[in-house]
Amino acid sequence: MVQSLSVSDTVTTWVDVCSLHAIAPYTGVCALVKGEQVAIFRVGNGQEVYALSNYDPFSKAFVLSRGIVGDRNGTLKVASPIYKQNFSLTTGQCLDDETVKIPTFAVRVVADRVQVAVS
Amino acid sequence: MTAKKNLIVIGNGMVGHKFLELMVSSDAAKHWNLITFCEEPRVAYDRVNLSGFFSGKTAGDLSLVAPGFYQENGIQIYIGDKAVAINREHKIVSSANGLEVPYDKIVLATGSYPFVPSIKGKDATGTFVYRTIDDLEAMLDYAKNCQTGVVIGGGLLGLECANALQNMGLKTHVVEFASRLMPVQVDEIGGAILRSKIEELGVSVHTSKSTTEIVSEDGKVTKMLFADGSELATDMIVFSAGIRPRDEIARSSGIEVGERGGIVINDSCQTSDPDIYAIGECALYQNRIYGLVAPGYTMASVAADILSRAADCRQDAPSTTSTFTGADMSTKLKLLGVDVASFGDPFPKSGDAKEIVVADTFQGIYKKLVLNQDGSRILGGILVGDASAYGTLLQFMQNEIALPPHPEDLLMPPREGGAVAGFGVDSLPDSAQICSCNNVTKGQICEAIRDRNLTDVASVKKCTQAGTGCGGCVPLVTDIFKAEMKKAGFAVKNHLCEHFEYSRQELYHLVRSQEIKTFEELIERHGKGKGCEICKPTVSSMLASTWNDHILEKSHVALQDTNDYFLANIQRDGTYSVVPRIPGGEITPDKLIVLGEVARDFGLYTKITGGQRIDLFGARVDQLPHIWRRLIDAGFESGHAYGKALRTVKSCVGSTWCRFGVQDSTSLAIEVELRYRGLRSPHKLKSAVSGCTRECAEAQSKDFGIIATENGWNLYVCGNGGIKPQHAVLLATDIDKETLIKYIDRFLVFYIRTADRLERTATWLNKLEGGIEYLKQVIIEDSLGICAELEGQMEHLVNTYQCEWKTTIEDPHKVQRFQHFVNSDLPDPSIVRVAERGQTRPANEHEKALAGVSE
Repeated sequence: MVQSLSVSDTVTTWVDVCSLHAIAPYTGVCALVKGEQVAIFRVGNGQEVYALSNYDPFSKAFVLSRGIVGDRNGTLKVASPIYKQNFSLTTGQCLDDETVKIPTFAVRVVADRVQVAVS
Repeated sequence: MTAKKNLIVIGNGMVGHKFLELMVSSDAAKHWNLITFCEEPRVAYDRVNLSGFFSGKTAGDLSLVAPGFYQENGIQIYIGDKAVAINREHKIVSSANGLEVPYDKIVLATGSYPFVPSIKGKDATGTFVYRTIDDLEAMLDYAKNCQTGVVIGGGLLGLECANALQNMGLKTHVVEFASRLMPVQVDEIGGAILRSKIEELGVSVHTSKSTTEIVSEDGKVTKMLFADGSELATDMIVFSAGIRPRDEIARSSGIEVGERGGIVINDSCQTSDPDIYAIGECALYQNRIYGLVAPGYTMASVAADILSRAADCRQDAPSTTSTFTGADMSTKLKLLGVDVASFGDPFPKSGDAKEIVVADTFQGIYKKLVLNQDGSRILGGILVGDASAYGTLLQFMQNEIALPPHPEDLLMPPREGGAVAGFGVDSLPDSAQICSCNNVTKGQICEAIRDRNLTDVASVKKCTQAGTGCGGCVPLVTDIFKAEMKKAGFAVKNHLCEHFEYSRQELYHLVRSQEIKTFEELIERHGKGKGCEICKPTVSSMLASTWNDHILEKSHVALQDTNDYFLANIQRDGTYSVVPRIPGGEITPDKLIVLGEVARDFGLYTKITGGQRIDLFGARVDQLPHIWRRLIDAGFESGHAYGKALRTVKSCVGSTWCRFGVQDSTSLAIEVELRYRGLRSPHKLKSAVSGCTRECAEAQSKDFGIIATENGWNLYVCGNGGIKPQHAVLLATDIDKETLIKYIDRFLVFYIRTADRLERTATWLNKLEGGIEYLKQVIIEDSLGICAELEGQMEHLVNTYQCEWKTTIEDPHKVQRFQHFVNSDLPDPSIVRVAERGQTRPANEHEKALAGVSE
């Protein structure tokens, strides 16, 4: 998904991560961005991508990129592969425990390259 | 507004804490300063499950107090300080540490202490009581240098304590004064059966023994002498000969106590001083001490109710009818792994009562029901060895439900293929007490489910507290939950998930009949949305067991759970374990060496699995293709340990080596395993082949099991059952190998087509209308006329088998995914290992913190 330009965009640096084709539709990959593990998910066959922290706070392992992508009542989400908690792809909110939320990252596709924003 | 009054709770055990919780939840804390004295160095903990301390529970696990409970609710607690005197004239409580606290009301919850009979030498080093965590820690410490331990007392607590000694690795004896174990709850026959079960576990039982002296040498216990002249050598002794109420503070302040101890209370839990209440095991109600936690909780709730109302009205006389009228002493326990339950009055005094007794000394099961004269009501009973009927029988008794015409059916296991005799939860009145530990009624459970829209049993437990005590009522709570769901129109829905308004069975039919080959096509035609972690793997499994494409084909890859996605089993730190197939458990020395070399070269932890294979743990994602390459080159293939698929076919050595084997079980196990390898099914499948009726391969505990006979093979199906173990049922006897394979083909495909998602074969059979007889008709007599089709589908699956590892590593596109980072060759830096027993295992959080690795 292409992020709309905002004021903060002026100080945002986009880090090139991989080719869009490295992410099979409805799956995730993990990228190393400035020392952080970022899980990038591709929804559908097109350029719709989302990025969350790869850290699963329930299992305390870096595995979210390996979860199954889907939706709950229309909310796009990924299920942790370990204990199956669901996280919103757009907000990082855990859908099974309102007290848990994980970081999200801005991500976009430019000329078939996936880029993650760092501030 | 008047100043708050002081309410002092003396004693911070289970009952004292329950009282505080109830006061807090009733808002009474607004009107009272709640103050409590806690003699022990730790706040209230679960004494009922104290023995859990020996099987690894920590003091923290046993704690009953939520963190911050006292602070957040403004309760003043004095930990490690004992209240020693009550000055009733000036209304002041003084403590061992010299505190003097004025009071308006007191609740005594001082509990009880273990009774130690006055035996010569009873104070010797090496003698213990079993009451507090401190006692247990002292026992643990002393037992390190002991080989033998004796428990004096064969009651409930004594047997629990014997279990603890067993767990500590001691040769354990139980010495009981009476002529049988658990003399209060169980009769002679029940006691004898209980004894034989406990002796089978290696505990020596000595009944009718009166200890006269405990002998020490060098200041340590060495033996016990008995009145009959015999003696018993031991290194330590634990007294568990009953409890006595702790009434000394009441006694010394002039409050009435019973002749043999116990603080006398009335129906309001008030002592002879109306400003002082007593609850729990220190209280004497109608000349009786209630030595169980449930009656203590009932008293706590009576006292809390009265005192919270008294505060509201600022007057002493409660306007309430909350009273204590005695309590049911029914109890169900698992002692040394043996179920024991006693309920109502199992020892009828009146000659009118009738008894039904089932005594199976062979299996160690004893069940006794005491009925009223016309046999319509239950008055009490005893269950030893199998207490599964406890919940049902208790409800019959408590709610005076009329018994069915053959009450003996309530004691029998369900007949083959039949339903369990019992009653529907619908027949219970709302007032029926379901959880006696926390006094929760059926009405409260139903109300919570309805009002709070609870959708699982875990939330029901959380909201109502039902089932959170001893756990004995959980099956009943589950039944009530299901019945409520059904009433609300939920249970009738068997939809797979929000994306498909069909059951798994219906979707399977659609996939087959409309030749649907991908998830995308299925959801487009019959579902909605983008799918989820429930429907995607389920559909993937259905597609695999119908068309058998490689599961990592482009169209299927996004459907796979992480295990299938990486063709290995994810473990708790995010690494994977690899299990190559070892058909029938037979392996050459060369292959064994390769497994060792691979494990060593990749730093893997090795373990023999429960299914005669070798598990290689701790592989990082990026290592997987390299590991498989080595294994495949050595002639291994995927063991499908990751999938909901056929796992292993265990075998004994059979006629090849064994002097008893009547058939070649190893050859058959290999053949069966290779035939069904990789078969995807609703749940993982296991099998076994035994070469004779000695059953060394344990075939009757498998989804399908084969046992050799003189005349061929016996086929058993639908065993296992998971956490609720179930034996397999005999489907066919003395059949030849061709028939055997044919029946298994039919059985497996029929199961795959009709079972629910993640439904084991045992559960599937339990739900199958007509049970095993119906299954025999379908599979042996072809009553549905589908056998040829079932065999055909299996034939297709067998012919299209491929090793998923091999196919994967031969395809560069598929290998590409096996990198932790899409943009770096680095492995996952968060993985930390520590050494243990010569191998490495994942570090726990504490160790990670020490190693300086954080999120």
